Amino acid sequence: MAQPTRLGGNALLALILGLPILAGLAGTILPAFGYLPALGGFRVTLAHFAELAGQPHILRSVLTGLAAGLLTTVAATAVVGTFVAGFAGTPTFARIQHLVSPLLAVPHAAAAFALAFLVAPSGFLLRLISPEVTGFTRPPDWLLPNDPFALTMIAGLIAKEVPFLFLVTLAALPQLAVTRASRLAAALGYGRVAGFAVCLWPALYRQIRLSVFAVLVYSVSVVDVAMILGPKLPPTLPVRVTQWAGDDDLGARFLASAGAFLQLGVVVAAMAIWIALERIGKAVLARLTFSGRRFARDGAVRAAGALAMTTCTVTIFAGLSLLSIWSVAGLWPFPDALPGSLTPNTWMRILPQLWAPLGTTVALALSASSLALVFTILLLYRNGIASSRKNAGGYRLLYLPLLVPEISFIFGLQVLMLSAGLTPGFASVLAVHFVFVLPYVVLSLSAPWREVDPRFEKIAAGFGKPALEILFAVRLPLLFRACLTALAVGFAVSISLYLPTLLIGSGRLTTITTEAVALSSGGDRRVIGIYALVQGLLPFLAFLVASLGPQLLFRNRRAMRT
Amino acid sequence: MQENAGSKSPIKTGCLTLSEVTIGLGGRALLAISATIAPGEVLTIMGPSGSGKSTLLAFAGGFLDPAFDVSGRILIDGKDLTAVPANRRHAGILFQDPLLFPHLSVGGNIVFAIAPDVKGRGARRRLADAALDEVGLAGFFDRDPDTLSGGQKARVALQRVLVSAPRFLLLDEPFSNLDAALRQQTRELVFSKARAAGLPTILVTHDSADAEAAGGRVIEIGMEEQA
Repeated sequence: MAQPTRLGGNALLALILGLPILAGLAGTILPAFGYLPALGGFRVTLAHFAELAGQPHILRSVLTGLAAGLLTTVAATAVVGTFVAGFAGTPTFARIQHLVSPLLAVPHAAAAFALAFLVAPSGFLLRLISPEVTGFTRPPDWLLPNDPFALTMIAGLIAKEVPFLFLVTLAALPQLAVTRASRLAAALGYGRVAGFAVCLWPALYRQIRLSVFAVLVYSVSVVDVAMILGPKLPPTLPVRVTQWAGDDDLGARFLASAGAFLQLGVVVAAMAIWIALERIGKAVLARLTFSGRRFARDGAVRAAGALAMTTCTVTIFAGLSLLSIWSVAGLWPFPDALPGSLTPNTWMRILPQLWAPLGTTVALALSASSLALVFTILLLYRNGIASSRKNAGGYRLLYLPLLVPEISFIFGLQVLMLSAGLTPGFASVLAVHFVFVLPYVVLSLSAPWREVDPRFEKIAAGFGKPALEILFAVRLPLLFRACLTALAVGFAVSISLYLPTLLIGSGRLTTITTEAVALSSGGDRRVIGIYALVQGLLPFLAFLVASLGPQLLFRNRRAMRT
Repeated sequence: MQENAGSKSPIKTGCLTLSEVTIGLGGRALLAISATIAPGEVLTIMGPSGSGKSTLLAFAGGFLDPAFDVSGRILIDGKDLTAVPANRRHAGILFQDPLLFPHLSVGGNIVFAIAPDVKGRGARRRLADAALDEVGLAGFFDRDPDTLSGGQKARVALQRVLVSAPRFLLLDEPFSNLDAALRQQTRELVFSKARAAGLPTILVTHDSADAEAAGGRVIEIGMEEQA
C-alpha cells in the first residue's frame, strides 16, 4: 500500500532534478551541431566543432582541466582514505574531525582567494621569509597562483574536496564494523592503515563511490576556482566556455555550445580513466591482501594523512584571516609581513556598493533553501518512514546534478531560456539554485528524519490527531534543529554557486560570489579581501543561526537544546 | 476536587474483541488469538521477545507494518476497527518509555492529548491541572518534561493518555524501564486508573510480576520458540 506513494515521491524527485538537466543538455547539444533557430541556426553542421578545434591551444585547455580534476580526485581520496584508515576510532580522529568540518561551509571561491593570498609572489608566505631567506625586496616574477600546470588550482580544489569526501565517509563509517575489523587486523599483526585497507576499504569505497565521482566531475569542470587559481594562457576548457558564453557576439554561443559538449566528453573520459584506476587499485589491493604483508610500521603514513587533513584547514583558515587583514590594511609594501597601519577606508568605500549584491545573495540563498526545505519535508513525508534501503534508489537520484558537468547543462538552459524569450532574473536564477540546493537539503534532513522515534507519532495518532497535525505539532518541532541545519546547508550551497548565477542571470543578477570572481582579474587585494571575506562568512552566519535558534526558542526545554 | 479528571471518558466504551487474529511474517505464523476484554479488564499477553506480542499491539493500534500477514478482526463495542486508521481508533498507548514530547511543557503534553471537543483554553487548562493534581504533580504545568524524575514522567504519560479519552488501552511493557520500587507503585496506579476508567486493556510483557499485578487473564504465546 505504501509502495505507490513512495514511487510517486521518487518520480517527482526525478522530474525536478532530471528535467532541467535533460533540457539543459539538449540546449547545449543542439546548438553545438548548429541547430538554434533563435540565432538563425537551422542546418545541422559540424562547423562549430571545426571552429572549436581551431581555437588556439584548445588541446592544452582540455588536458590541463582533465589532469587537474583527476589529480585532485586521486589526492583527495588518498588523503581521506589514509587518514580514516590510520585514525578511525581514535581520539585524534574526533579532534581532526572538528577541525575539518567547518571547512565544508567555506565557498569554493572564498577558499580559492584564501589560497591565492597565501601563495602569490607578493603573498603572505613569501613575505614571511623575505627578505631574510629569499633576498627578495620586490615580489618575484613568478606565475603564481595562475601557474601553467594548474598546481595551485589543484591544491585549492584538494583543500575543498577533502572535507566533502571526509564528511561523506563519516556518514558511511557507522555502517561498517570498524572496531571489530581493526581489532581483528591488529591481532593478526597488521598496521592500522594496511588492516583498514584490507578489511574495510572495499566496503567503504562502495558507499562513497558516487560522492567520489561527484568530486571528479566537479574538479574536472570547475569554473570559479579555475578563474581564480587556474592557468591563464590558456585557461581550462570550462573557463573558456564560460567566456564564450558571455561573449557579446551572439554567434560565439555556437562555439560555447560546442565547447560545453566537448566538456561533457572530457567528463566521460575522466570517468572512464577513473574506472580504470579503480580496477588497478582493486588489483593492487588484492595482491597486497594475498601477499599477507602486514605493514606494521605505518607511523609515517598515518602522520602524513593527519598532516594533510590538518594542512587543508589551516591553510584555508589562515588565508581567510589574511583576507580580513587585507580588507583593513593601509599601506602594506612587499616584504613586510604585516601592514604598517589599519584603516576602515576600503570598507567605507566598498560598503555602499556591497549592499545590493549582498541583498540579492541573501534573498536568493534564503528563498532557495526555504523552498528546498519545504519540498524536502513534503518528499520525506510522502515517502514515509520507510527504511533507508527501500529508498536508496530515490536518494541516488539526488546525485544527478552533481554527476553532470554544470557548464554543459547550465549553458544549455541559458540558451533555451533565451530562445523561449524568458527574461533572465531573480525567478529563473532561483529555480536553478533550487536544483543545486535540493540534493544537499534532502541529504542533510533525511538521516535525522529517520531517527525520530516513531512511537511519538503513534502516541499522537492514538490521541486522534490527524496526520498533518502530527507532522506540524510533533515531527517538525522534534526536527526543529535538523531543519535549521538543513536550511543552513542549503544556504551555504546557494551562496557558493557561481556558474548557475552567472549564466542563468545573464549578468543581470550580481551576487557577492559573481562580484568576487569578477574582481579576481582586477587584482585590488583590499576589495577582493572584502568580497571574499563576506562570501566566506555568510555560510558561517547561517550555521550560527541554526545552532542558536533552538537555544533561544527552547530556552526552557533541555532535551531540545542538544 | 479529586473528580478523576483523567478517567472521565466522554466516550462510553464497551468490550474490546480480538476475533480470530493471526499474525505471520514471511510465511511463518507468529501468533493466533481470540479474546474479548470487558471494560476495566486487563488481558495480559506474555511471551519472549520476537514472539510477536508487540506486533499484536501494533495491529490493535493500527500501526502494523504491511510486511506482516494478518487476518482476523478487532472490534470495540461490536464496531469493527480493523480498517479504521490509527488516528480514528482512539487507542491509548503506553510504551516502555514515557515519551513526553520534549518540545512541550508538562502541561502542554497533557493539553495536546485532550480531545478537541473540550473547548476553550480555560477549560482545557483546568482539565490538565486536575489531571496533574490527581497524580501528585500539582503545579507542574509549566515544567520542562526533561527535568522530571522517571516516576514523575511515567505518571504524566499515564495522565496524558487518560485525558485523551481512549476507548481502550494498549500497554507495551510500560514498567520495564522503571526500577523495582517505582515499578510496583506505577503498576498499581496504571491498573487502578484503567479499571476506574472502565477501559478494556491489553498488556504485553515478559515479566510475570506484571501479569500478576494486572490480575486478569494471561495468554502465553511463542513458548515453542523459547523451548
